[in-house]
Amino acid sequence: MSGGWEAVIGLEIHVQLKTRTKMFCRCRNGFGGGPNTQTCPVCLAFPGALPVPNRRAIEETIKLGLALDCTIADRAVFHRKNYFYPDLPKGYQISQYDEPLCAGGHLVVPTEGGDVTIGITRAHLEEDAAKNVHVAASGRLHGATATLVDFNRGGSPLVEIVTEPDIHDAETAKRFLQLLRQTVVELDLSDAELEKGSMRFDVNVSVRPAGSVELRTRTELKNMNSFNFAAKGIEREIARQVAVYEAGGEVQQETLHFVPGDEESPPTRSKEEAEDYRYFPEPDLVPVHPEETLVARLRGEIGELPGARIRRIADTLSFYDADVLVTGGLDRLWSALVEAGADPKEAANVLSNQFVAAGVDPAAVDAAELAKLVGARAQIPRAAFDEALARSGDAGFSAAPYLEQKVVADASELDPVIDRIIEASPGQAEQFRNGKEGLLGFFVGRVMKETGGKADPRVVNERVRAKLTR
Amino acid sequence: MIDTLRLTAEEAKRLLEAREISGAELFAAYAERDDDLHAYLCRCDDPGGEGIPIAIKDVIGTKGVPTTAGSKILESYVPVFDSTVAASCKEHGLRLLGKTNTDEFAMGSSTENSAFGPTHNPWDPERVPGGSGGGSAAAVSAGLAPWALGSDTGGSIKQPSALCGNVGLRPTYGTVSRYGVVAFASSLDQVGPVAKNVRDCAWLYSIISGRDENDSTTVEVPPVELPTAQDLRGVRIGVPKEMNDAEGIEPGVSAAVGKAIELAESLGAEVGECSLPRSVEYGVACYYLVAPAEASSNLARYDGARYGLRSDGADFREMVMNTRHDGFGDEPKRRIMIGTYALSSGYYDAYYGTAQRVRTVIRREHADVFERFDLIVSPTSPTVAFKLGEKVGNPLAMYLNDLLTIPSCMAGLPGLNVPCGLSEGLPVGLQLVGPQFAENLLFRVGHALEQALAFDVVPERLR
Repeated sequence: MSGGWEAVIGLEIHVQLKTRTKMFCRCRNGFGGGPNTQTCPVCLAFPGALPVPNRRAIEETIKLGLALDCTIADRAVFHRKNYFYPDLPKGYQISQYDEPLCAGGHLVVPTEGGDVTIGITRAHLEEDAAKNVHVAASGRLHGATATLVDFNRGGSPLVEIVTEPDIHDAETAKRFLQLLRQTVVELDLSDAELEKGSMRFDVNVSVRPAGSVELRTRTELKNMNSFNFAAKGIEREIARQVAVYEAGGEVQQETLHFVPGDEESPPTRSKEEAEDYRYFPEPDLVPVHPEETLVARLRGEIGELPGARIRRIADTLSFYDADVLVTGGLDRLWSALVEAGADPKEAANVLSNQFVAAGVDPAAVDAAELAKLVGARAQIPRAAFDEALARSGDAGFSAAPYLEQKVVADASELDPVIDRIIEASPGQAEQFRNGKEGLLGFFVGRVMKETGGKADPRVVNERVRAKLTR
Repeated sequence: MIDTLRLTAEEAKRLLEAREISGAELFAAYAERDDDLHAYLCRCDDPGGEGIPIAIKDVIGTKGVPTTAGSKILESYVPVFDSTVAASCKEHGLRLLGKTNTDEFAMGSSTENSAFGPTHNPWDPERVPGGSGGGSAAAVSAGLAPWALGSDTGGSIKQPSALCGNVGLRPTYGTVSRYGVVAFASSLDQVGPVAKNVRDCAWLYSIISGRDENDSTTVEVPPVELPTAQDLRGVRIGVPKEMNDAEGIEPGVSAAVGKAIELAESLGAEVGECSLPRSVEYGVACYYLVAPAEASSNLARYDGARYGLRSDGADFREMVMNTRHDGFGDEPKRRIMIGTYALSSGYYDAYYGTAQRVRTVIRREHADVFERFDLIVSPTSPTVAFKLGEKVGNPLAMYLNDLLTIPSCMAGLPGLNVPCGLSEGLPVGLQLVGPQFAENLLFRVGHALEQALAFDVVPERLR
C-alpha cells in the first residue's frame, strides 16, 4: 500500500440456514406468509415456553465448520446474550460464547498471486432476531411514529463465522466473501442471498504502519449488501484512516452504517457503546456433544470444495477464468463440456459471457448438446446462437436445428452488400480514411443488420477494412 | 356428606368407581367450600367428568385460565397453551379447581409477596402458610383440594408443606417438565405434588413425571411404585449434623424431628451421623446468586410488548421501563438487581462463576454422603409457621428460612416433606432427601414413617 501503511481487516459473517423449521421451535423457517404467521409461544417468548434445539441446524453448522477446517468441539454450550430490544422477545438471544461448535479453522482463498490463507476464529450457531418495521404516514424511517415487529424471522437458525484479522486488502476480503458464499451454497446450507439478508456481514478495519504488528483502533462497517460495495467501502475506509493518521489525528472507534443498496450515500456514524450482554450458560438447554460418527458422516458428505476446484481449473485456464467459473457455479458444466469435446478456453468464454446472460440453470443443461454448439460457435449466426443458449436448459434440447443455420462467410456473397453500404455513406468513409478508426464498427454494424445477423463478423470486419483502405 | 378435610385422592377414586359419589358431587364439595384463607387466586367451574379435582399453583400455565404468577405484570394474562404438567393432569381426567396463590414469580417463603395479598395458614390464620407455594399447601390442608401441584426452586413445595402439615415432594431435577411453567430460575425450578399422604403424593408424581420433548432438560423416569411397606429394614439413614444442629432451629422442631428419627430406627432403619459442612454454610449464599441471576434473564420477557401489563412510554425503552416499574413488586425487583449485578462484566467470575463452582462442591458433598447412606433426614424448616408480617421487613431473615431446603435443591436432588408432629400446636416437617431418582425410596420411607407417626393432617381448629 502507498505511504507504507498496511490494512488489517477482519470479517464477521452471518448465514441464515435454510432448515425446514426454526432453531428452537417447530415453526416454519423461511420467507413467505403474512407478518407474524410463522410464530408460536416459543418464538414469541410466552411465559413458560422453552427452547428445543434443531438437530439439523447443529449438523449443518458442524458441516460448515468441517468445510472451513475447524475443530469440532466435543462439548458445545449455548449461552444467553441479554439485552432489551423490540425484535428480541425473550430479552436475550440464545447464542454461543466461549464454547462454540466450531473453532480454529481456515479458508484458503486462491488469488492471481497465489493462495491466501484466512484464519477462521470460530463458527457458532445462534437464533436470528425478528424484524422491526418502522412506520409513519410517509412510509419512511425518517419521522416514523411507530414500530411494528414481524416475528416470522425471529428464531431462525443463524451461523456466525468470525475470521482472524488476516486480510490486508479489499480485494482479498471480497474474494473471501465470494468463496465463502459459494461454499455455503454448494453445501446446500443456505441461499446466502445478500439482498434477502440470508447472508450478512460486518467488516472491521484498521490500519498500521507496514511491517508493524500492532493492532490500532478499528472501525466497524455495517449494512454493505454487495461484495463490490464492500470492497469499495473498505478501500475508502482504509484511505480515510490513513489520511487521519497522516494528518496527525487518531482514528475513533465507531460503527459506520451504510445505506443498503445505496453506495453513494455516506455512512452514518455511531459511537460504539460498551454494551454488557451478561452472557451465561443457557440453563434451559443441555450441552451439545457431537458424536464422532456424526462428524465422520458429515465429513464424508463434503465434496471437492470451490477453493480447491479454482486451483485445479487454473492449471488449465487462467486464474481469472477459473475464478469466474467456480464462483459463478459454472465449473461443473464447464468440465462436462470439456469432457464432451469442447475447447476449454472456448467453453469458458461461452459460459462466462453469453450463457450467464441467458440466465439458464447450469444443472439443467445437456452438456453433450451444448458442447456441439460451443464447437460450432463461429459458424452459427449470433442471434441463433443466443437463442440456442437460452433454450439449452429446456427438456429435450437439441443443438441440431441451430447447427443448420450457417453464417455467411463467403466474400463473394458479402462484397456487394459491403460496397453498397460504403457508397451510401461517403462522408463516414472519408473520415475513416482520415484516421477515424472507430467508424469501422459503424460499417460492420450496417452489414450485420443488412444480412439479418447471418454474416460472419470476422469476415465482414476483414472485408470492410480492406475495401475502405483500398 | 363428603369430608374434604380427610378425603384422600385414592379414597375419592374408590368412591367414584363404586358410584358412592358422583364426579359432580365430588367437585362441588371442594368448590363450595369457603376460601377464607385466600388459598386461591381464581376458582374454576366443573368441566365435567369423573376425574379427581386438583388445584394448581398459579405459576403453572393453564390454557384459557388466567396464570398470573402472583404478579401484577401478568394480571391480564391468559395462556393460549397448557403447560405439559397441566396437560398431563387433563389426560388423566383431573379437573382443575382453581389456581393457587404464590409469592410473585415464586420468589418468597411466606406467600406475602403475592401482588394479590397473602394466604393464611389453616392451622392459625394469623400465621403464614410458607412459600412460595403457600396457596397449594393451604388448599390441601384446609380441605379446599384433595391434592395440588406446586413448584419448587429453593423450597417452595417442601417448606409450605412443612408449615401446613402435609406431604410435598420436590422431585429430582429433570423428572418433571417445566414447559409452560412461568420460569423463575431455570436450573432449579421443578414442579411437584402436594398431598394429604405419601401414597397420593406418589400417585400424582407418577402422573406428571417423565421425559417431555418440549423440555430439553427432562429425562426418562423409573416407574413409580406406590409404597406399601410398614418397616424400614435395610434402609441406611444419614443425619447430617449441620442440618440438625443449625443455629435457629427451634427446640420444638428439633424434638419432633428427633422423635421421628428414633421411630425410624425402631422400624429397622440403620441411622448414622454424617456431615454436609459446605452445603449448609454456603448453600443460601450460592442460591441467592444463581437463582436471581437466572431470574434477571427469565424476567426480561415481561416488557409490555406482547402480553400482560403495558404502561405507556414515549418510546420502546420508556415503555419497558414504565411497564416493569409498575408491574413488578419489590422482591422481583430486588432479585433482578442482584442477578444483573452478579452477571455483569467484571463481577461474573466473583459471583455467578464462583456460585457455580460452589454448586459443584455441594453436589459432590451430597454424592459422598450417599455412598454411605440411602437418604438423609433433617427438619424441613428451622421454625414452625411464623406470624404474617413478622419477617416482611427483613429479607435476610426470610431467606434463612430456606437454609435446610436449599442445599439439596442446588444439588438437583429429590426431597420429601412428611409431617412429624406439632410444636406449640403447629406442624413440624421432616425432610427426607435422597440421591437422584430415589423418589421410590423416599415414598417407601415416608409412607412407613407416616403410618408409624399417625400424624393427623387436619388442622386442629378445623376438626
